[in-house]
Amino acid sequence: MMKDGRPKLAVFKFSSCDGCQLSILNLEDELLEIGQRVTIAYFLEASRATVDGPYDVGLVEGSISTPHEKELIKDIRRRCRTLIAIGACATAGGIQALRNWKDVKEFIGVVYAKPEYIETLEKATPVSEHVKVDFELRGCPVNKYQILEVLTAFLAGRKPDIPSYSVCVECKRKGTVCVVVSRGMACLGPVTQAGCGAICPSYGRGCYGCFGPMESPNVESLAERFLQLGVSRRDAALMFKGFTGWAEPFRKAGEVLEG
Amino acid sequence: MSGKERPLLINAQDFDGLLSSLKKLGYTTYGPTVRDGAVIYDVVDSANDLPIGIGDVQGPGSYRLRRREDGALFGYVVGPHSWKRFLHPPTVKLYTISSNGKILASVENANQKMAFLGVRPCELQAIRILDKVLLEGEYPDPVYAARRKDVFLLAVNCVEPGENCFCASMGTGPEAKEGFDLCLTELLRPEGHSFLVKVGTEKGKELISSVPHRQANDDEIELASKLLALSRERMKKKIEINGLKDLLYRNLEHPHWDEVAKRCLACGNCTMVCPTCFCTTVSEATDLFLKHAERWRRWDTCFSREFSYIHGGPIRYSISARYRHWLMHKMATWVDQFGTPGCVGCGRCITWCPVGIDITEEVKQIGKRDGEVKVKVE
Ligand code: SF4
Ligand code: SF4
Ligand code: SF4
Repeated sequence: MMKDGRPKLAVFKFSSCDGCQLSILNLEDELLEIGQRVTIAYFLEASRATVDGPYDVGLVEGSISTPHEKELIKDIRRRCRTLIAIGACATAGGIQALRNWKDVKEFIGVVYAKPEYIETLEKATPVSEHVKVDFELRGCPVNKYQILEVLTAFLAGRKPDIPSYSVCVECKRKGTVCVVVSRGMACLGPVTQAGCGAICPSYGRGCYGCFGPMESPNVESLAERFLQLGVSRRDAALMFKGFTGWAEPFRKAGEVLEG
Repeated sequence: MSGKERPLLINAQDFDGLLSSLKKLGYTTYGPTVRDGAVIYDVVDSANDLPIGIGDVQGPGSYRLRRREDGALFGYVVGPHSWKRFLHPPTVKLYTISSNGKILASVENANQKMAFLGVRPCELQAIRILDKVLLEGEYPDPVYAARRKDVFLLAVNCVEPGENCFCASMGTGPEAKEGFDLCLTELLRPEGHSFLVKVGTEKGKELISSVPHRQANDDEIELASKLLALSRERMKKKIEINGLKDLLYRNLEHPHWDEVAKRCLACGNCTMVCPTCFCTTVSEATDLFLKHAERWRRWDTCFSREFSYIHGGPIRYSISARYRHWLMHKMATWVDQFGTPGCVGCGRCITWCPVGIDITEEVKQIGKRDGEVKVKVE
């Protein structure tokens, strides 16, 4: 807390693309208000000026994928009263978790001219595998209005209004015509948590699962349906093994499909 | 008006006249139109917006449009939308509250007039059911009441059933008996494209007198009733409604509930497309400074685990419990609660279920193995 009573907000980045931090900055109409309500004490994507911890609320973007990050997150946890993981990387490992199924050393050898300079962990993992997390906000990237809701809720001491049902609920409220039923397209909406506003189906594409598994994902049944629709086992597996592919239900579905 | 009066006949090209008369009377006209590969409901400005010459082919979890050669205006059956969308909207702001304690209800425009074009017989019954639930109880819903106050119902009988329709079993179609202002039966004959018109109310009578019309002759009346009898015959899907309530009450522990749950995604699509499912969730949103709060209402679904969350946890944890709860409500507990089943046999939940779960088949399975009880393994 600052002397003027405003809570201190910190935003940290781990292995990630910065898209979720950008979602915060994309809150153009609300950013000034956020700045009045809290002290933005640490947010390198926005400003070099920093205020030392401890912090009242810490938002963490990115997965833990290097030995350095593994230590850093523990330190950050100690310095934040409330720690919120934001985005697919911080909550499920993200797209870089695709390497978790392979030998990471092999990748390093192929990609880098001097592999010996690279220090990395075998697996890219979500923040919650390393420290206790107070809330996980899903999305690739997160929905900026959900970020605002989570922040508002934590500052007010109430539970954030973040639904855990499927993307289909949002898709139908919007009045979008289902792409599975009307086009025979594969869509992860039924097993994915709402939050994006069912963007992809409204552009005639199946859901990519950016918001990770919903509260009770029946991945076996949906996978079976994909196969019935003529999707190959490999392609169906790749659908589950996408942006949140390392989240357990999706990981299992992908592995079962690949045999 | 009893509907016993001799039906009238209008030419198909005069349908547009009905539409413009409704607009002149101050109605916003909603009707079927093609969008993204389906017949959906939205504002229609003229007959040109209707799905002219469009039909559909439906199956469990499948829907495709097809071209018809006959230029029918109402040659499709129900699509993913229902009139619930306009009477009981998916998202509504109920009120705003400011920190000085002022509560400002977002009053619905009480003078809005909506005309629904092409309301199917099963949909008329669905609206009657919503009326009962949202209007006629002890606490009428003001949002629904404001929207329902002046609705013109232009019904269209179903001369061709859809593959997933079972309105004949539910006693709601394919012919509308009551509850409409006007009811049309589309006649496509070599000598011309026309509509047989039944007048249900004074409002309907007024509207029809605004376009050229004449009394229907015996041939036309007979043709319409033949078409509707044929439609009833061609309806493949059936459900045995006699004794259904008791059958379901007897089989709360039937193993089939778990079998459906293996397929059911708990995605909620069936409840969203169902023209009678009315459940909502209410949530408050505050601004950062707690000076301003809003209360919103959104369609919710009993297929969500969170939906049954109370202190200590959700009541319906398993998907099996959630599917059972939904089907039981539609076909059994609704009867005790509101006097009729909550299902009108429109088939939407079958078509729009991504995995094609079919309520009529699930009921059949329970009936076939009546009395079988789930064996507990723990
Ligand atoms: S398009 Fe996808 S998200 Fe939308 S209802 Fe169909 S399955 Fe669900
Ligand atoms: S339960 Fe299914 S068939 Fe019955 S009214 Fe609802 S959507 Fe139509
Ligand atoms: S029955 Fe079908 S539409 Fe309904 S929740 Fe289950 S999978 Fe979704």
